[in-house]
Amino acid sequence: MVDRILGRREAQPPAEAPSEPTVESTPVDRKAEVWARVQLARNLRRPRTLELLGIMADEVVELHGDRLFGDDGAIVAGFARIDGHRVAVVGQQKGADTEENVRRNFGMPHPEGYRKAMRVMELAERCSLPVVTFVDVPGAHPGAESEERGIAEAIARSVGLMTRLRTPIVAVITGEGGSGGALAIAVGDVVLALENAVYSVITPEGCASILWRTVDEAATAALAMRMTANEQLALGVIDHVVPEPEGGAHLDHEETGRRLKAAIVRELDRLAAIPVDLLVEQRYRRYRSLGAYTEVVTEAPAPIAPPRTGFADRLRGLFEAGSRAIPAPLQVGRRDEPPAREDV
Amino acid sequence: MPVKFPGFRSRREAVPDKLWTRCPSCSEQLFNKALEKTLHVCPSCGHHFRLSSALRLGLLLDPGSFEERDPGLAAQDMLGFVDQKTYPDRLAAAQLATGMRDAAVWGFGRIEEQRVAILVMDFGFMGGSMGAVVGEKVARAAEGALASRVPLIIVSASGGARMQEGTIALMQLAKTMAALERLRAAHVPYVSVMSDPTTGGVFASFAAMGDVNLAEPNALIGFAGARVGAGTIGQELPPGFQRAEFLLRHGFVDRIVARVDLRRELALLLRYLVPGQPEPARG
Repeated sequence: MVDRILGRREAQPPAEAPSEPTVESTPVDRKAEVWARVQLARNLRRPRTLELLGIMADEVVELHGDRLFGDDGAIVAGFARIDGHRVAVVGQQKGADTEENVRRNFGMPHPEGYRKAMRVMELAERCSLPVVTFVDVPGAHPGAESEERGIAEAIARSVGLMTRLRTPIVAVITGEGGSGGALAIAVGDVVLALENAVYSVITPEGCASILWRTVDEAATAALAMRMTANEQLALGVIDHVVPEPEGGAHLDHEETGRRLKAAIVRELDRLAAIPVDLLVEQRYRRYRSLGAYTEVVTEAPAPIAPPRTGFADRLRGLFEAGSRAIPAPLQVGRRDEPPAREDV
Repeated sequence: MPVKFPGFRSRREAVPDKLWTRCPSCSEQLFNKALEKTLHVCPSCGHHFRLSSALRLGLLLDPGSFEERDPGLAAQDMLGFVDQKTYPDRLAAAQLATGMRDAAVWGFGRIEEQRVAILVMDFGFMGGSMGAVVGEKVARAAEGALASRVPLIIVSASGGARMQEGTIALMQLAKTMAALERLRAAHVPYVSVMSDPTTGGVFASFAAMGDVNLAEPNALIGFAGARVGAGTIGQELPPGFQRAEFLLRHGFVDRIVARVDLRRELALLLRYLVPGQPEPARG
């Protein structure tokens, strides 16, 4: 009942998300609400890719290994049949308990995980199978081995591949959409998100530690980054929000899977009708147009004005004319050491 | 009204406030004029100072050959982002300090008579971070290179995606990669030059994906910043890690090129990296 009054349950009222929070005096409540959603997105009992596939698909065939280095448990990939659609699936997989989490590296993929995903997506392209991806990752693994094996290259290549893959792609943010590690498998013709999923350029903890210099401000950072599914919908980063069962997806995996299946099948049917050339062109346009900027046709902003001089200075200037060097135009060149990179 | 005596403060200000720079690597005091002559490389230890985009373009291109494109692009605050300052305040401060509208400049120019499309990032503008404007400029540079069938050169200097633009900044990874994939399919070559630092979302998109990847000596190049890594998995990254030499050893950089040789090396490479025949259209 309360939820209904707040308009939280059924199809989210578009009026709420895009504009400023209507009640200006409740920033603390908004912060708490956003943080609660982050916690829901991270809930340990939230259904993962394999659980969701178990509910949605009639059959699942998992494939292993990137053919280069190894098999990454943090990403699962393979084939599945969902309501008659034969598709390729790629998804991140966190563990349900400590033992599985160790095996799956807490859902943080190494490069070989993304390379496995690319292998399966390229195979899907050759076999004209649509691709469905499930995104639930705090971020790609940030450790030493990951860098040695080229995590950045793997992410960049995967993102690039997905922008040109000649087969339909449905991406679903099911939990945490953490930065490049998420985007690497989240480029699609349509991007869905579960209601309590979050999507951000950096973890709120990471953002807080850089901009606020303390992780204690993670909730503030989460609010500032507008990372909830509905806010991402308003930004145009995702296209549809799939409502979760009362209380969150972790309370009813079956119902979550049913709702998600309906949404995925609807998109697969729609995308199947679009000729592949047009599909790829539309996908290019989708990402090409994301991001607002202004464009003016004037000169670059004026250089820093010299400090205003008083009468006495001008007089002195007259007397000393010539003894002073011509001021260099704009001292961009002297900024040898700009602020440390954390000062972004 | 009291009589105001002329102050002497402004005379002191008239003296250039910074004649000397201390090398952060070897602590040598360096005379700025001398530093300019050495292309902002420390003469005693070889430390490569960060370069502004203007200096970088002057260093690489034939004099007077640069034609800037899209200089009017400026950022918008899509999220209403406020940390300790508002995003528009940070932008205004960065614009004032650098004289640039955002962290990248692109256009056409010539390197030893060979025409190229070139984009140069500037770390001085909010850490060279990539938001919608930088993403747009990279995409337009790639599209411009494709339309004119000239090689693309991108010189990166960036801490990564701009947090103040949230996932919109993240989407620039996809935007830039989409444009580069088209360039690649059209057989137009692309050289990525990584300068200090090239990290985060910039490294995880266009910077890592050059047909040839060059890096300046000892440049910091990596995906996860030490602080992010330590915060997420509680593991400190070892020192000396994520440097250009480390990437060369692990196969992600083709060549490490000292700044003094960079123009010559690029000119040499461009004689091989000639746009080829595009693939016949599929389907």
